[in-house]
This record gives sequence, structure tokens and C-alpha cells, in this order.
Amino acid sequence: MADVVVEQGQAVRAARARKQASLRNVLGRKSTVAFFLTLPLILLIALLVLYPAVYSVHLATLNKSMQKFVGFGNFLFLFKRDTFWMVVKQSCIFAVTAVFFKALIGFIVAHFVHNIPAKGQRKWRGMLLVPWVIPPAMSTLAWLWLFDPSYSAFNYTLSFFGIGPINWLGDNVWARFSVILVNIWYGAPFFMIMYLAALKSVPDQLYEAAAIDGANWWQKIWYVTLPMMRNIIAITALFSLIVTFANFDIVRILTSGGPLDQTHIFATWAFKVGIEGSDIPLGASVSLFMVPILAIAAIFILRDVSKRGNEA
Amino acid sequence: MADVALRKVVKRYDDVEAVRGIDLDIADHEFIVLVGPSGCGKSTTLRMIAGLEDISDGDIMIGGDIVNDVPPKDRDIAMVFQNYALYPHMTVAENMSFGLRLKHYPKAEIKARVTEAARLLDITDLIDRKPKQLSGGQRQRVAMGRAIVRNPKVFLFDEPLSNLDAKLRVQMRIEIKKVHQKVRTTTVYVTHDQVEAMTLADRVVVMNKGRIEQIGTPNELYHKPATRFVAGFIGSPAMNFIPCRLEDVGGTLQLRLTDRIAFPLPPARAARYNALPRTEKLLLGIRPEHLTESHAHLAPGVETFDTVLDVTEPMGMETLVYFGLDGAPVCGRVDPNAGAKDGAPMRLAMDLNNMHLLNEETGVVL
Repeated sequence: MADVVVEQGQAVRAARARKQASLRNVLGRKSTVAFFLTLPLILLIALLVLYPAVYSVHLATLNKSMQKFVGFGNFLFLFKRDTFWMVVKQSCIFAVTAVFFKALIGFIVAHFVHNIPAKGQRKWRGMLLVPWVIPPAMSTLAWLWLFDPSYSAFNYTLSFFGIGPINWLGDNVWARFSVILVNIWYGAPFFMIMYLAALKSVPDQLYEAAAIDGANWWQKIWYVTLPMMRNIIAITALFSLIVTFANFDIVRILTSGGPLDQTHIFATWAFKVGIEGSDIPLGASVSLFMVPILAIAAIFILRDVSKRGNEA
Repeated sequence: MADVALRKVVKRYDDVEAVRGIDLDIADHEFIVLVGPSGCGKSTTLRMIAGLEDISDGDIMIGGDIVNDVPPKDRDIAMVFQNYALYPHMTVAENMSFGLRLKHYPKAEIKARVTEAARLLDITDLIDRKPKQLSGGQRQRVAMGRAIVRNPKVFLFDEPLSNLDAKLRVQMRIEIKKVHQKVRTTTVYVTHDQVEAMTLADRVVVMNKGRIEQIGTPNELYHKPATRFVAGFIGSPAMNFIPCRLEDVGGTLQLRLTDRIAFPLPPARAARYNALPRTEKLLLGIRPEHLTESHAHLAPGVETFDTVLDVTEPMGMETLVYFGLDGAPVCGRVDPNAGAKDGAPMRLAMDLNNMHLLNEETGVVL
């Protein structure tokens, strides 16, 4: 009997030792250590990104009083409304046009700045970044005055040429033009600085080789600069597309979505419906609709980037 | 193909004169190497020929035409850069054909030229790869291929082998020589490596501080250097320079190196140096291979002396010995079986038939 007890005791101790050893093994593994080290960040992301995302999905499935689960009811309601489709269309036009011109202007200005001798370049770089550095809520107020129909600087200047007065923010075409213009003004410096960095990373000898191969300035841009900058152009465009799509402050301050909802984009309309219209679930549904559109754009742009990633 | 001529070419950067009025005639089909230490103006000269740098003064002619204000693309030249400068987003074939495509050559001709150049450089298998998938040597071949397909008047090479490891450098050096033997295009090649210069060039141009020190065939530069700079720059290990003076002893002209070492000059040398003032401060220039172990039977003009070796470097086929003569460091080349040892005394022989005498102040070889 005593033998059995002793044996049992040994077996238990051995099992415990094995268990401890395997626990030590698990804890000692590199992947486990890595997991614990990244845990604070994982928790932070979960708290700040996942929770709001999941919560907004949850909100979008409730009724106006947030008491009842309605499933896709809010989305189905939105699909039937003309204003919603108009907002979709306007958001796309707003984002695509603004990003295109920001990229174009950024590219051209970056070239000019790149060609300024190093001495004066910092000064120009600093000055050109100003629009991007000023909080847009403030700078847009200045634009609001510039666009004023009765006493603005724009209309006053145009009057010398016999043009106007233009109802910048009251006419639906001009209002769309104005919000896009201000967005371009605000966002182009970001493209400029990104493209400038990309330009500086293109080795001079490639241009020299191209010059000897017989390329003119345009061919150098087309065959050397653009291909060398493709990844930066794509990533900057994607980033800007996301930010521009979700823009709120410029439209909100300039037009508040007017005239007659003609300048509303997702964020401003979601605000109007959700906060001003006290239908938070519907507002959440509107803003959620940005996700699939941006996801498709991101997939296309990033797929190209990873394809080219191993060239340079 | 064409000849190239430089007439009093000057390049100034603000206050600094990088190239100080050089004259150079490069014949058709010739392989010219510009060699010199960094900052001597050799790359600037090449870039001025390419049109990548404006010239501050003088004229550059290609094929008899002054090209001072002609842009690079219209000079009909091709250049191979130190870091290859291949377009990373293009395949090997696209890289090579880029210049031809810009000039709207027919597709069939482009293909034929690329195929021929690829065959010549042995890169046919790599034609569809991107530069990133190639080794350094392969990239250099592609860069050369890009130059060859253009069939230009002049090839310009800007230190093309500097980025390669030592073994590959030797291999590519031979490749470049072979290619030049086949294509025979006028070539200007810049390097700081005197071995490359000696092995590749029909004629070498030694540059220093923006000026040409000497132009000549590799043999001329080695055996008849014009200045101390050329004498010291060409050859490895470098030529020894030992302070010395001339003196007359009993009707024969003697070269005194130290208080206890003085050699009678061979008759030919004595005749050549006899007119020199005896007070002049001179340098004896003697290459390490003319300082060897002593033999029982010495040829005329070979003199022996005893010294104590500081350091020896066994190289296998020879042993380099280092010692001092009145403080002047001297290097000799002896047979590995001559018994040279660190710190040991040794009798060495100096071949005065191959000596050079230089003015210490001006550095001119007398």
C-alpha cells in the first residue's frame, strides 16, 4: 500500500513538473513573448478602433429611438431615398476631383520646389505648407468671406473684368466648385511634400542616363520620374482619398450641405441626419456606407503597390 | 565613330577651378583612360564631354564639330555610370532599347540590336529580368549593353568597375577590353585605379589638380614618367623616392644616397646627368623591382649595399621588403627564397640602369 502511495506521489509530482515545464516552454517561446509585448497596442486598437466600429455597426441596426433591432432596415430605407444617392454621387465627385487636382498641383509644385537651389528651398517649402498647417476650421472661415456674394474679394476683383457677381455658395454648381477648390487648397501641400520627398529619392544619374539616351524633359518625367514615384503616388492618393471622402469641416463651414443638399457628402449628411435630425442609427448607416467604397479603392491601389514593391 | 578633341577646357565652380585648361586629342577607335586621385577633375572632364556639365571655357569637339552647347542627347555618345544607372522599373531588354525607342527606331531593328548586344555580353538569358534580379557584374553588362545598342560615336565610362568586388573587377576589365576589340568605338574611360588604366588603355592620361600631368602609352608612363606625381601614381607598390646628390669622385660621377652609400653612375646615366649642378637637391626614383636581392654575378650598372630590413611582406611569388635609407622609406622586391626576414640584415642590389633622377623642388624627372 505504502508503495502505491509513494508511486502515486511520484506520478503526481512528475505530471506537475511536466506541466510546469510545458508552461515554461510556452512562455519562453518567441511568439508568446512577442504577443505579450504587443498586447498593450492590441488592447489600445481594440478600444479605440474595434469598439467604435462594432458599436457603429450595432447602432446602424437599431430603429430611430434606438430601442428595437431592425436589421438592414436603415440601409433599405436609405436605398429608397434620392438624397442618399445624390450624396453618394457627390461624395465620389468631390473626393475624386479634389484628389486628382491635389495630386496634379502637388506634383507640379513639387517639381518647381525641387529645382530651387537648396539654400532657398526650405523657405519655399515652409511657405507652401502653410495651408495644410492652419486648422481647416479657421482657414475655411477666411474662404467663407472670400466667397461672400456681396462684398467678397473674389467678386470685387472679377467686377473689374465685367464678370459677376457670382453667387459662389448659393448656386449649386459654383457651391460644388467652391468646396472642391478649398479642399484642393488645403490638401495640395501634403501631396507637394510627399512628392518632393519622392523626387529627392530618384537618383540624379537616372536623369543623366535618360538625357544621354535622348530623353527630353517630358520623356524624363514620363519614363523616369513617374515610374519611380508610382508607389508614393498611389499610397498618397489612397490616403488622401480616404481623408477627402470623410471630409466634414470644409463643407460644413462653407455651405452646410446647401443649397438644397447639393453639396452634402457622407460625413456632413450623416451629421445632419444623425445629430441634427436626431436619428443616430440612420446617421451611422450613412457613415458606414463609406467603408465598402473605400475598401474597393484600397484593394485596387494597394494591389498595384505590392505588385511593384519588389522592383526598386 | 569619331575622334574627340579638348581645347583649353576649363571648368569653374564658383571660386574653385576643377579643370584648368586641358588639351587632349583622342583618335578614332582609341581607348583613352583618364586616371588620377579623387578630385583631380577626371570625372568632371568626362561629364563635360558627355554634356552633363557645362564648360566654363575652351572647346570640346566630337567628330570635328564643336559641341560646347549641344545637349547630351544630340552628341551621339553613350555613357556607363559607376552605379550602372539602370531604370529599375524596366526589364533588361527595355533598359537596353530605351534610347532606340525614344528615337523611334523600327521594332525589328531594335530587337536585332538588343539581341546582338546581349549575345556579345553573354546576357541573353537575363533579357526579361528586372535590374533588381541581377548581380553587380550582370548589371554592369546591361549598362554596357545599353551603350552598345546605340552604336554611338563615343563610349564614356565613369569608374564602371568601382562597385564590383576585386575578383569580378578583373573579370569585367577583360570583358571591357574584349568588347572594345570587337566594337572599336572611341572610348574615354575614367578610373582612379592605375591597374585598370594600365591594362585597358591605348593611351593613359594622368590628371592631377585639374591639369594633365602626362599623356602616354602605359609603357611610356611606367618607364618614362615625366613628373614625380606620375612616377609615384603609376605602379604598385609605388616608386621609391630617396633624397640624393651628385658628386665627382676621381673623374666619375657618383650618386650619394647616405653618408656611407654612394654608387658610381652607369656611363649612359653619367652622360645624361653630368650637366646638372652638383648642389641641386635631387631625388632618386627607383621602382621596387629594381631593388632586389644581391647575386654573385651582377650586371653592369647594378650596385649592392647592406641594410637592415624593417618589415617583410611575403606575397607568394615575391617578397616585399621595407627598410629605411637615412629616414626615407624604401620598398624592394626580392625572391621568396632569398631569406628576407623582419629585422634581419640583407644585402640588396639596385639596378641603376632603370633609375630616375628628379628635381626635389619641382618634381620634374630630369
